[in-house]
Amino acid sequence: MSAINKNAQQIAAAVVSNKKVGQYHQLIVNIGDAANHCKPGNFVAINVGGDTSRMVLRRAFAISRVSANSISGGTMELIVAPHGQGSSWLCSQNEGAILDVVVPLGTAFGIPTEPVQVLLVGGGYGSAPLFGLAEVLNARGCRVDMLLGASTASKIYAPMEGKRSVNSLRIYTEDGSMGQAGRVTDPIKALIDDMNIAVIYSCGPMAMLSAIDSLTRGTDVIHQCAVEESMACGIGICMTCVLPTMGADGNVSMLRSCIDGPVMDGETVLWDKVGKAL
Amino acid sequence: MSSVDLSTTLGNAWFPAPIFTASGCASSGRELSQFFDLHSIGGVVTKSVMSKARHGRPTPRMAETPSGMLNSIGLQGPGIDAFLEKDIPFLLEKKARIIVSIAGETVEEYSTLARKLRGVSGISAIEVNISCPNVENRGLVFACDPEASRRVIDGVRRTIGGELPIIAKLSPDVTDLVHIAKGVVEAGADALALINTVLGMVINVETMRPQLANKTGGLSGPAIRPIAVRAIYQVHAALPKVPILGMGGVASGRDAFEMIIAGASGVSVGTASFGNPNAIPVIQNELRDLLAAKGFTSLREAIGYAHRIEVSDGE
Repeated sequence: MSAINKNAQQIAAAVVSNKKVGQYHQLIVNIGDAANHCKPGNFVAINVGGDTSRMVLRRAFAISRVSANSISGGTMELIVAPHGQGSSWLCSQNEGAILDVVVPLGTAFGIPTEPVQVLLVGGGYGSAPLFGLAEVLNARGCRVDMLLGASTASKIYAPMEGKRSVNSLRIYTEDGSMGQAGRVTDPIKALIDDMNIAVIYSCGPMAMLSAIDSLTRGTDVIHQCAVEESMACGIGICMTCVLPTMGADGNVSMLRSCIDGPVMDGETVLWDKVGKAL
Repeated sequence: MSSVDLSTTLGNAWFPAPIFTASGCASSGRELSQFFDLHSIGGVVTKSVMSKARHGRPTPRMAETPSGMLNSIGLQGPGIDAFLEKDIPFLLEKKARIIVSIAGETVEEYSTLARKLRGVSGISAIEVNISCPNVENRGLVFACDPEASRRVIDGVRRTIGGELPIIAKLSPDVTDLVHIAKGVVEAGADALALINTVLGMVINVETMRPQLANKTGGLSGPAIRPIAVRAIYQVHAALPKVPILGMGGVASGRDAFEMIIAGASGVSVGTASFGNPNAIPVIQNELRDLLAAKGFTSLREAIGYAHRIEVSDGE
């Protein structure tokens, strides 16, 4: 049975640094020993707005990277776009600010036991957790190729140090302002055909994940995707972040993306039923 | 820690502590048990269970609003048989006190559910969630129809016999709440749960369509707390002997205390748990401290205290 991440805990966590990187903020947060339990794909749920906030719900953010041995104790990195009121508040928190964090939450990307060839596909800020994943896959001896896409150059997140863990990185923008003009999903079919890709890891908008699924479904390529659904709690009690899925037994069910996800096997998601009644 | 007797009763069910989960806000209890001991709170009110498994409504199911949220889940759940097989044993293992919430589409479905619960040991009470559309009456919500509300409670009472306390959960979306409360009490309800969510809507100004797939949803959170306090106060004034499980936007010990002095015997916490998984034990501790600070030695002394009669100072 699906269950909440057994390491999930609520902690008071201090912001170590907050740097603006293009249109995003890179926040480093001290989470102490909890860093040892965070895996690529896991996310955190953070209270926003302070004690007098009218925002009653937590905000979920993917953990892009953890560092267990940093001087200040275990830290996690979050890449946050100041998009709504909650994320804007978080981006305004400076060094020393204390955050109310529940960490770690959700499922993690499955790491192959063999050093196989893998493809990482990121859309917009969804690329952030892929760099931490690339480090783990690289350490496993996998050949890691990465595709990043966004509507325009300013929405591409590709830090210099992140490129060290990938064998190749291609960037696509819809307006052609960076890399090649087009969608990040454009080259995937050819890559599957030409290279011996065992696993595609993806993170980004649902439309991108669905498009990748249509390319991998029925092939031998495993598609591990980190889904994105709006959540109220992040801990499995509100039932708002559900996705229609079909298990190996053929049973159709609405699974919580906070508990059975965010990382799911793309083939189990009924993409054409998302947002529709089962 | 201050010594205040926090025990309370709902009908003939006794609870050592007054703060409960709210139906539909704790899933099966497993998730919150990662954060605190379910035995330490008043009890777990389970997600309203129906006869059959339901997928619930499509997404989006949620919209955040100022100091609140709208939800429309559509009673997604495993159905009564799977619930009794999987969820009840877990809660018993955790030594949680259990209030099972039931929901139906017909008067008969409620009675059927009550029949299934009659022989189950370890249940403290039944909450009857009547804020569901009545398929036999053009989808009119039972709780908004005094006669249908009575018939549901009457059916459950006849089926369950006189043992297990019945808590009728009422909707605030009615013209005369006291009239409906009196009706369900006459029909056999031992206690009342006040209030369910308030019907609302958010329109997405980008798409210029309702935000939720179901268009409307139930508003919860601190935004509705004054409505809940008003409902509890009015019903307690009319029916002072009927215990009330108060709920609606409680996010602190102060909020729980407000409901207690309005007339609630216990308080459920729902949306606050979404924002803080430890909200329930935190609120319970704050309530204990606040009762002590106000000079109460037991929770029971504080129930309905806001209704006390002015005593002249003898000038």
